[in-house]
Amino acid sequence: MQRIIKGLSISYFVQVSLFKEKKYLIMGMFVLVGLLFIARLFYIQVVDNSYKLDADNQAFRKKTEFPARGYIYDRNNKLLVYNEAAYDVMVLPKEISKTDFDTAGFCELMGITKEVFLKKMKKAIQAPNSPRKESVFEKQLSPKDYASIQEHLYRYKGFTVVSRTLRKYPNKTAAHMLGYIGEADKAMTEKDPYYNEGDYIGISGIEKTYENVLRGKKGMRIMMVDVHNREKGSYLNGLYDTMAVPGKTLTSTLDLELQMYGELLMQNKSGSAVAIDPRTGEILALVTSPGYDPNLLVGRERTKNYAALSLDTLADPLYNRATMASYPPGSTFKLVMALIGQQMGLLGAETRYPCAHGYPLLGGRPACHPHASPLALEAAIGASCNSYFSFVFKSVIEDKKFSDLYQAYANWRDIVMSFNIGQRTGSDLANELKGNVPSIKYYNKIFGKSWKASNVISLGIGQAELLVTPLQNANIVAIIANKGWYYTPHIVKAVGGNAADTLLDRFRVKHYTMVKDTAFYRVVIRGMTDAVESGTAHSLQINGIDYCAKTGTAENPHGKSHSVFVAFAPRENPRIAIAVLVENAGAGSKVAGPVATLMMEKYLSGKISRTDLEKRIIEENLIAGSH
Amino acid sequence: MREKSDKSIFYNIDWITVLMYVVLVLMGWANIYAAVYNEEHYIITDISQKYGKQMIWIGTAFLLALIVLIIDENFYTAFAYVIYGLFMLLIIAVPFLGREVKGSRSWFRFGDFGLQPAEFMKFATNLAIAKFLSNQNIKIADYRNTIITLLMLFVPMVIIMKLQNETGLAIVFVAFIFTLYREGLSVNYLLLGFLAAILFILALLVNNIFLFAIIGILCSLSLLFIKRSRTNLFVVALIGIVACGMVKGTSTVYEHLEPHQKIRIDVLLGRGTVDLKKEGYNVNQAKIAIGSGGFLGKGYLQGTQTKYDFVPEQDTDFIFCTVGEEWGFLGSSLVIILQLTLIIRIVFMAERQRSPFSRIYGYGVASVLFFHLTVNIGMTIGLAPVIGIPLPFFSYGGSSLWSFTLLLFIFIKLDSHRLQILR
Ligand SMILES: [Zn+2]
Repeated sequence: MQRIIKGLSISYFVQVSLFKEKKYLIMGMFVLVGLLFIARLFYIQVVDNSYKLDADNQAFRKKTEFPARGYIYDRNNKLLVYNEAAYDVMVLPKEISKTDFDTAGFCELMGITKEVFLKKMKKAIQAPNSPRKESVFEKQLSPKDYASIQEHLYRYKGFTVVSRTLRKYPNKTAAHMLGYIGEADKAMTEKDPYYNEGDYIGISGIEKTYENVLRGKKGMRIMMVDVHNREKGSYLNGLYDTMAVPGKTLTSTLDLELQMYGELLMQNKSGSAVAIDPRTGEILALVTSPGYDPNLLVGRERTKNYAALSLDTLADPLYNRATMASYPPGSTFKLVMALIGQQMGLLGAETRYPCAHGYPLLGGRPACHPHASPLALEAAIGASCNSYFSFVFKSVIEDKKFSDLYQAYANWRDIVMSFNIGQRTGSDLANELKGNVPSIKYYNKIFGKSWKASNVISLGIGQAELLVTPLQNANIVAIIANKGWYYTPHIVKAVGGNAADTLLDRFRVKHYTMVKDTAFYRVVIRGMTDAVESGTAHSLQINGIDYCAKTGTAENPHGKSHSVFVAFAPRENPRIAIAVLVENAGAGSKVAGPVATLMMEKYLSGKISRTDLEKRIIEENLIAGSH
Repeated sequence: MREKSDKSIFYNIDWITVLMYVVLVLMGWANIYAAVYNEEHYIITDISQKYGKQMIWIGTAFLLALIVLIIDENFYTAFAYVIYGLFMLLIIAVPFLGREVKGSRSWFRFGDFGLQPAEFMKFATNLAIAKFLSNQNIKIADYRNTIITLLMLFVPMVIIMKLQNETGLAIVFVAFIFTLYREGLSVNYLLLGFLAAILFILALLVNNIFLFAIIGILCSLSLLFIKRSRTNLFVVALIGIVACGMVKGTSTVYEHLEPHQKIRIDVLLGRGTVDLKKEGYNVNQAKIAIGSGGFLGKGYLQGTQTKYDFVPEQDTDFIFCTVGEEWGFLGSSLVIILQLTLIIRIVFMAERQRSPFSRIYGYGVASVLFFHLTVNIGMTIGLAPVIGIPLPFFSYGGSSLWSFTLLLFIFIKLDSHRLQILR
């Protein structure tokens, strides 16, 4: 047994070691433990960063401060859009106590049933939400509702309130131009990391175009919370907080009064009216009818209202006709043809072409209304002779200066496109169509390689595949009013009160068409004067205002033709150029003309002399049963 | 020798030790202030707050130290057994007389202030053991004396653990193993204990069959290095069988533990799925608080984890978290170094004693302080099980502060008379 004990003994290992004395062994052990602890501390405090993250995650609550979105004013500083406070109740499901959450009390506070509560909680937990992610429980409480729950909400751990702002439109006007705001979805947040899901973002109109300036900059407050999730003040007195920067205000070029008057005149009609100040390219009115009250697309009823509006296929109120609809320009285009003919040296003020109730070379197609024949250029514009401009078009694309018809056609197309037809104007309106000027390739496909003037003759009178938007149409009038140049049409004239903001630089660049000789424009303008004094717009004269106009009728393959009217006023130093199109309203002078002239009168003189006409137009209802 | 007692009571006092004591106590106070900092009561002396109370504890502790120094040094040797017996009676009585606090009946309460007699059992036991082992006729190698010494430790330990349900206070008596080792207990027991501890841990962490294989291989290998006599063969086989038995035994015991006990072990060993919201909460929060301190710390009163109650008991057992979070690696290392310096200083002082009583008592002081330091800090950084014992001089509480003060200053007093006769 003694030997076994001795065998077990390993003390001689220690005997040969440095620690011969017990006190050194003991002290060595103390120091060893100390070193071990210090090494461990070094690891968890200096090397391993995960504890720092854990600490921040549980002791900090990052609160987003949503900035107020910028207000929008009209050109006379009248308010178009402002904000109203709203409050989102947020939920972080993992914070809700499983044992002592007073569900009944909470439901009563929120004014919901237990079923609704459970449904909302389920939504907050399931993808794309998650128990660890804060999501909206109840959206956009009014300040009044918020006040009633505010002081009790602290008792319900897991629920917090975030203040948001909602858009308000005091005049219920210009819905399409202003656009609306929606919540950023996953795709948007992936595209731009500034946004989190559920953040508000401009979806259409200038809310979209000017999103970056309107939205301002979100702020972040770092709040410290204790183990019970109670806020304990801001971290380091807000050293790392960022303030929310409010969005900038926008000053629109819109004239609120003119816009609202235009909308009144256009009520119960489909179509649009676009008015531009030709001197600056500023859009004075952008009427799209039927419209809708922009307040409908705000707040808790947004989704429901949006669905209702989009289901109304008859009136199609969400459709922005001013920029998204394209129609054959019709007679307006004859003005451009007159300019191109002169530019190419093929047409003079005295050039005359015959009319036989239509274009004689093709057996009276396109047809024309009865008038004296042959006419010289100005009179042909005044009478809007289809035959005359078919001849002009034929002469332009059969021009012997070019080796063949295709070259001449290409040249014609280039000049047309220099009037900003067939391409977007580049305005700051969110959605714009290009319109269309058919290409050679296109006709090659349709007619083969041997098409002639006779195949495409109706292009000369603004028909066939030629398409322009009402905005482009108004711009053409502005170009004529300016005698050859234009500024890109735009709807915003100052950002944050600064008219020189670089965002607006592109609207200060003067664009010239390929027809530069002002004499050519003077001929056309005289023709437009004729139209008012003795031609198609004779019945629409305005007391005290000399203006120039051109009526039109855009053929509509689907039904009654569209009524078109373009004009600018006054004749000298024009201040307004306008294009009006009323769908299925027949001749230009019947509906579109009155709308355009009333708007011009309103804008230039501030009052209306032709009250009977005004009353008739306001009451005119072209929507019921027109389709 | 009589003439020396005419001198000041501060004569020959080890001022270095006193200074370290004062520094640690004041650092502890500052950290308690940070841990329970309350903006509405920001004055550190506000006695409605724990830091105000701690100020009173500190003041009375200083007074206590003074009294210890005033009392004749022979008192401690003469009354060692009496003091031991007195406190023994107290810890037996307290469960019946005292009030229940957090499931343990170990407190005497006086209004807002409470005292835990079990805390004082440490210095009382230390005195008694010193007295017993310093008896010239005693040799610890004699197994009867070993048994008596162990009994002197185990009785209070069991009373505190069983009657008062204070595991932390009870387990401290294990610390006296250092004293016993210094006084002649064979080193083999220590080493064997160490090896056994490792084996226990491995038994829970490593697949048992794998472990058996390793033990077998180690035993076979050892035969290559020693004489293959029949005795040695037998010894090696016995060691192997005992080791395997311990492994199997540990696993079996573990399997039969209550779930909450299993979980404690799991948390310590970092195995299984530990729910950080429940059983793993304390250690995890402690590690987060300390770990988030970084190299320099977040700055005084800037700790979010401790100030906002993420760390439980951040003023008492987890006070080191406040140090770690607010003072960072530098501050926490400094605290460890200061504590260890004090402990090692005490070992040096113990070694310079002529009187065995003083030496043994000194070793007891060093052992108890070391044990507290190891378990308390080890617990907060995940190297020791969660056992509620205070960090010496730091943690909030009068009993522990008084008890450590008594423990230490009796030794300082004894040390100041080290040049006198052998006791
Ligand atoms: Zn004609």
